[in-house]
Amino acid sequence: MALKLDDVQRAAHLARIAVDETEAKAVLAQLTRVFELIEQMRAVDVSGIEPMAHAQDLVLRLRADQVTERDQHRRFQQVAPEVESGLYLVPRVIE
Amino acid sequence: MSNATLKELSAQLAAGACSSVELAQDYINKINKINKSLGCYITVDAQRTLEQAKTADARRAAGDAVPLTGVPLAHKDIFCTEGWLTTCGSKMLSNFVAPYNAHVVERCNVAGMVTLGKTNMDEFAMGSSNETSHFGPVRNPWNTATVPGGSSGGSAAAVAALLAPAATGTDTGGSIRQPASLTGICGLKPTYGLVSRYGMIAFASSLDQAGPMAHTAEDLGLLLNVMAGHDPRDSTSLVRPVEDYNRELARPVSGLRIGLPREFFAAGLAPDVQRAVDEAVAEYRKLGATVVEIGLPNMQLSVPVYYVLAPAEASSNLSRYDGVRYGHRAAEYADLMDMYKRTRAEGFGAEVRRRILIGTYVLSHGYYDAYYIHAQKLRRLIARDFTEAFKQCDVIMGPTSPTTAFRLGEKSADPVQMYLSDIYTIAVNLAGLPGMSIPCGFDGGGLPVGLQIIGNYFDEARMLNVAHQYQQVTDWHRRAPQGVS
Repeated sequence: MALKLDDVQRAAHLARIAVDETEAKAVLAQLTRVFELIEQMRAVDVSGIEPMAHAQDLVLRLRADQVTERDQHRRFQQVAPEVESGLYLVPRVIE
Repeated sequence: MSNATLKELSAQLAAGACSSVELAQDYINKINKINKSLGCYITVDAQRTLEQAKTADARRAAGDAVPLTGVPLAHKDIFCTEGWLTTCGSKMLSNFVAPYNAHVVERCNVAGMVTLGKTNMDEFAMGSSNETSHFGPVRNPWNTATVPGGSSGGSAAAVAALLAPAATGTDTGGSIRQPASLTGICGLKPTYGLVSRYGMIAFASSLDQAGPMAHTAEDLGLLLNVMAGHDPRDSTSLVRPVEDYNRELARPVSGLRIGLPREFFAAGLAPDVQRAVDEAVAEYRKLGATVVEIGLPNMQLSVPVYYVLAPAEASSNLSRYDGVRYGHRAAEYADLMDMYKRTRAEGFGAEVRRRILIGTYVLSHGYYDAYYIHAQKLRRLIARDFTEAFKQCDVIMGPTSPTTAFRLGEKSADPVQMYLSDIYTIAVNLAGLPGMSIPCGFDGGGLPVGLQIIGNYFDEARMLNVAHQYQQVTDWHRRAPQGVS
């Protein structure tokens, strides 16, 4: 299955990465190479095999539903691009 | 200063032959002299380093020292270090001062180890040459026209150039073992789940694992003793009894069954690498080990499987970099969507953007089963191959990388050529097994060759034993590049 320019642009939109047409064409050429490699694995019959989601078949632990963290929002927000009154500022989304 | 090991430095400190401050100052002086030409470190902060060293000296004076108290090391810039810049090799985090310590860093600090700095790496650990770093490439101290491997290239080159006696690294598809191999040092990727990933910036969560890099197998064990252990803050961190990974070092290797996968010695392997690995295996035979040929028939699928699974997980993990809570934000934008898109286009380099796009595509509607689920099924087949193989042998050996260090720029144009540099390491991550690389010789051009040792789950102590016994009868691990000592 050949990758098309549309596919690159759609993935870029879903991934929220700005790509202009020139760059999309260059990326298409490189991704085509990568997908040629990936196609090798698609030829293998995997019927009856259970997917392996993790390095070991781990059972995720549960913990008590309790507050264990103390409030450190001032400290954590020091590294934020724009903050006001403890809130992260982004461009207006509702007019 | 020679290529002192952690063990030797620890003994010198205990004997009062030097102080931690003197030791740290020695390394700082060398870093100031050589780092500019090699690019091993992204951040050094002599004042912080010397403060830590002073504290370690005081602790020793108070009789409160443990073996590695006062011994310096470098941290890969993927580990959050409170108060230090933590960039992950990316423009996206070029202004990020971590507000907390990674579990690994915390453990090293508790042991009283002294941080020399943060080492350079491929951006977000995506690369096999350290050329994708926003902060410029790292050069291999054995030949500065060649790469040190990646993604833990700065850690590897720093240890090889004697700018740190040891360093932390991370390995998602070979990122500890391949650079260790290319720079002639030792590196260990532990069993998945042994070392906490808390505070270690995520690339592909089902594969990422932290490990030690150093001059000797014994040093790897000393550092792993500090790094490993259960941490409830990482849901994949395993609850296991505390163990001394160096407890089996002295065990003879006679009777050891070494499995040699025929797929590791097939087309694509450089003759000089094959020769050095063959000679290492012959050395093991002399020590009384036996050799059995094994098969890992699905191994050739590991690269394509990895390049579906790792980018898929990365595309999800890296969605957090949106210019809102931390890191880079574009200076100009029209609205929120435009801010996200420009921030991420500017903040991520070409290789990271490429992998995010691959991952987004294989997870998107209509392709999820055909790519992602299909790859997860093959992952099970690859893991099963190892389970079968370990019925016939105790450890698996082979080359770590198909070639020695390649030239800067040599593989930059074709991503697939670069990806194939990890052909012998990736399957180990997919299976979650422990793997290590130790130096075993040089090619005709004087570049180091690495021997890969793969163990069964939780067999780190045995692997370190096997590597240590080899290092008792060879001196490859004692060699240092010219012009660094």
